[in-house]
Formats: sequence, structure tokens, C-alpha cells
Amino acid sequence: MIRTGDLVASAGRALRSNPLRSLLTALGVIIGVASVVASVALGQGAQASVERSINSLGSNLLIVVPGAQRSGGFSGGAGGANTLTLRDADAIASEVANVDVVAPTQRAGGQIVADGANWQTRIEGVTPEFQIARDWSVASGRFIEDRDVRQARSVVVLGATVAKELFASLDPVGQQVRIQRGSYEVIGVLDTKGQGGFGQDQDDLVIAPISTVKRRIAGRFSRPDTVSQISIQASQPDAIAQVQEDIEALLRQRHRIQTGEADDFTVQNVQTIAQAAEETTRVFTYLLGGIAGVSLLVGGVGIMNIMLVSVTERTREIGLRKALGARRRDILAQFGLEAVALSLVGGLIGLGLGAAIAWGITQLADLPLILGAQSAAMAFVFSAVVGVVFGAYPAWRAARLDPIEALRRE
Amino acid sequence: MSDALLISADQLVKTYTMGEEVIRALNGVSFAIEQGGYVAIVGASGSGKSTLMNVLGGLDTPSDGRLVIAGQEIGSLKDAGLAEFRNRTIGFVFQSFNLLPRLSALENVELPMIYAGAPHRQRRERARALLQRVGLGERMSHRPTQLSGGQQQRVAIARALANEPALVLADEPTGALDTTTTAEILSLFDELNREGASIILVTHEQDVAARAKRVIEMRDGRIVADRRRAP
Repeated sequence: MIRTGDLVASAGRALRSNPLRSLLTALGVIIGVASVVASVALGQGAQASVERSINSLGSNLLIVVPGAQRSGGFSGGAGGANTLTLRDADAIASEVANVDVVAPTQRAGGQIVADGANWQTRIEGVTPEFQIARDWSVASGRFIEDRDVRQARSVVVLGATVAKELFASLDPVGQQVRIQRGSYEVIGVLDTKGQGGFGQDQDDLVIAPISTVKRRIAGRFSRPDTVSQISIQASQPDAIAQVQEDIEALLRQRHRIQTGEADDFTVQNVQTIAQAAEETTRVFTYLLGGIAGVSLLVGGVGIMNIMLVSVTERTREIGLRKALGARRRDILAQFGLEAVALSLVGGLIGLGLGAAIAWGITQLADLPLILGAQSAAMAFVFSAVVGVVFGAYPAWRAARLDPIEALRRE
Repeated sequence: MSDALLISADQLVKTYTMGEEVIRALNGVSFAIEQGGYVAIVGASGSGKSTLMNVLGGLDTPSDGRLVIAGQEIGSLKDAGLAEFRNRTIGFVFQSFNLLPRLSALENVELPMIYAGAPHRQRRERARALLQRVGLGERMSHRPTQLSGGQQQRVAIARALANEPALVLADEPTGALDTTTTAEILSLFDELNREGASIILVTHEQDVAARAKRVIEMRDGRIVADRRRAP
């Protein structure tokens, strides 16, 4: 009975005897495995990135924006209507249970100028609660405080991107910046949060007291008591659904919306946003992986093709081996092993190539690179399965050859 | 030992079906060959000598009759059993040498031992000794393409002897060789037979057959003559 080591050595020798052909045959599997590995790594990277940025919005967060997300026939343009007010925010804080923090904000856009440098950014008018609700931490200086809001002081806190663009490596705290015609003192700089779930830069913002923004920056475009959104932090994750229902009920009542009428506001919660985003990236990963899987299949067909050619070319060899004492299963094992070896070597090269491609793209797209033992094991198993499945038929053909016929063949 | 029976064939029949027609390639062949025999099987093409050769070598099984070689009943063997029989009991020598071109002379000789499951070191030693024996001690690492026809056939003979077979079966072993080389190869067979090997060779050349101690002549699937040379 032939030894396994001799069988492996024989397969290796057969593949090495025609290295170019072996490489070309394995190429299909190399490309297939590389694309599976790369697309799964990219999908997981994108998913991790989305999760991270959504979590960085703040935990247990609900956001109320004006306008309905969907309303059959009539759409006021989500976020555009002036339907949310500071009094709505107060009412949520006092009447809804399990609410820790309510943070109304007024958004404005604007050019911010410092010492000749200028930067177009978004300006959030906030109350101190915003820091808790949106989970911001301060890198230097301090955040907006109650007295800043009460006195509508001309102070700003800069996002990391804005600080870098305007002051480079200089510490901006204590410096003056200009927005429109007003002059503001920088009292703090925020820690960086990085890219958002949909590619936007979360650190590209300026924070000011909500009173200041309403009076001096967004004044011309907003009524005195409206806000552009209200962020609410629920006291615990289990309470989010109930809090959302309560807020909806309260606002419908306050806005005098009849049963059957569409809401003029929308309550979003971070969990549903996260779920939707996760679902999107997961589908995306499956889709990419599926397409890549098809190319792996095509690679398998390539192996089968070449193995069939090889069996035909080596008919005499097969006949001879049988005459010298090879059993059917020895021939089956020999050709099966050659196919599996081709496929496995292709799989390993493909794994390396796929990892390299994933690394390159994550570098360009600024995504985390996630390459687990899972990907490696998957590449290994997939290519072994491809080798077995597509090597089986040619090997069976070889094993079945009649030695007398085979030896007679030229 | 030399008069113990190596082969006992009794009323061997082999039929092939070709479309409607049934061909009796062997039509009741009976003979016996003792250990250490040196037999030539001769006959025109279509006489059944190749079929007999295939059946004796375990490449094919008889349709009817009883064949016992080295104590084994051939008709009852299945694929794995036949493979082991070919591996252990038979050493084949072919007209066209049938060496694997990718392998060196040494590795070609090792091939039957690989299928016997012999360990590497033991195979190497035995293959070296056999190549020395057939006079190719200097060319062990040569590929078949780097060897002359006569040298290739010597490698093939060394390979046939690898597992110390009970019987060497040579099918037109000199058919592809010139006169001088033919003489050399036949001398080698003579020597091997003197050393105790049992040899059956199939040929259509009278002068090759004349070297054997016994000549069996076939025609139309039957034995028509069986002559022994005086010792």
C-alpha cells in the first residue's frame, strides 16, 4: 500500500514539472479567493466603521427633527419646517419619564475666519446638555456652560478639524475668531471623533451657545423659539422604545395633530439607525462576497478542465502505474490530490493577494482593516472544497481507465 | 524447488464482444509452467498471445477456466487484489519500455516499491543494487531521454525485478531494439534465468524465441505447439 508521503511527493512533482501551466490553472482560484477575502475584509471594515461612528453619536440617543420622514402625498421636506420649539424640548424634559438629558440645538452654516485663515463649516447652537447627549469630550479648554447660554456670550468651542484648519498646531483657546460680522472667543477644542457612518467628517463643526446662534448667526432665518433638532438621552437602552413612543404622543398632542394625520416631526433613535446601516453594509458584503464566490467557481471549472487534459495526456502513465501495482484508489488519490494541491496553493496565494488588496483599499478609504483567522480559514476551506469537487471527476476518469487500453494508447 | 509449479492454466477462455460478434481470444488454453522456467510464447498477431499475456499478468481476467499463479487463483481477484498481484508477483517488461520521462532511472526503478509501500531508504538501496546489476551503475540519475534504447530497457528490467516477482513477463522486449542491443538484452534474460528468475516472453521473432528453454506456439486462441529445448 502506497504511503501518503509518497502520494503527496508525487502530486508535487507532477505540478512542478509544468510550473507555468500549474500557475495558470491555479490563477482562477487565486483570483477567486483573493476577491472573496478582499470583499469580506472590506465589508467587515465598512461595517465596523459605521458601527463605530454611530456609537460615537452618543449612547441611548433619540433625535427629534422637524418634518415627517415619510408622508404619503405630502412632504414638507424633512428638517425644513419650523415646527420644533424650545418649549417642546422643555415639555419633553419635564413630562417624559426615563429621560436623562434633553438638548435642543439650532444649526447654522457659516464661514469662520481667524487671522487670515478661513473655513466653511457647520455651526451648532447648543446647551450644556449637548455634550452629554452626543458624547463629546473636550481636548482643551471647556465646553459651553449655562451662563454662556443665559448671557448669549460670544464664545465658541471648535471641532478638531476646524481647530486644525484655522490654527494648525497652535492652541486656539483664548484666540479670537470671526463669524459673519461678529467676533468670538475660543473657549475650548473638542476631542476628535473621526469619520461618520456615511463618510462625513464629524469633527468639522463649531459649537456656540444656542442663544448666541439664534440671535447673532441664524437670526435672519429662524423664528426666536424654534430649534432645528432635539437630542434626547434615555436613561437606559431598554427604555428607548417607550421614551420614543412617549415623545411622539406628547408632540402630537402639543402640535394638535389629529388621529390619522401625519406627524410634523420625526423621532429617530440610534439603535434603529445603527440597525439600518448595519443591514446595508451586511447586504453589501454578501453581494460582493457572492460575486467573488462565482469567480472562485469559475476557477474550479478551470482546474477541472486542465485536470481532464492532464488525464488524457497521461493515459499511458496511468496504464503503467496500474500495471506496476497502483490500485484504482491510488490513481484516484493521485489525481485528486493534484487538483486539491493546485487549489490549495491557489487559495494560499489568493489569501495573501486578497489581504494585500484589502490593505491597499482600506488605506485609501480610511477604513479599519479587519482580517481574521476566519477569512484565512474560509479561504483554506473554500479552495480545498473547490479542489475536491472539481478534481473528483477527472480523478475518477483516470482511476477507471483500463490498463490494457491505456498502455496501448500513444 | 525448480519443479514446483508456478503457473497452472486449465481450459482458459477469454471472450470479447465486438458489436454482434463474440470473439474467443482464448479458446481453451491449458498448460503448466514450473518455477525457474524460461518460456517464449510465439504466434502471429491475432493468435491470442497478447491476451494470454494480459491474463497471466493480472491486467485482465479469464472469462472461463482456472488460472493459478504462485498459489493465487486469478479469477477470484477484484481490482485491489489484482493490483497487489501485479505489484508483488509480476514484473512487466514492455516493448516500448514505458519509463516515466519526468523521473530519473533510479526513481523509475523505485516505482513498484512505492506502490508496495516500502520505506524510502530501503527503496533507494534496492533500486541502486538493481541498476548496478543490469550494468547502469553510472547512469542512475539520468532521465529516460538521456539514455539509449538498450539502456532504457535495462532500466525497465531493473524495475520489473524491484519487488522480487515470482514471474517476469516480457512483451516483445526486443521489438524496438537493434540486433546488437537485442543480443545484450537477451543475454541479460539468460543470466537472470540462471540466477533463478522465472521468465515468460512474448515475441514473434523466431531467433528471440530460440533463446528460451521452452516455446509455446499459439494460433486462433489455442496452443498448437509446445516444444522444450534439450537442456
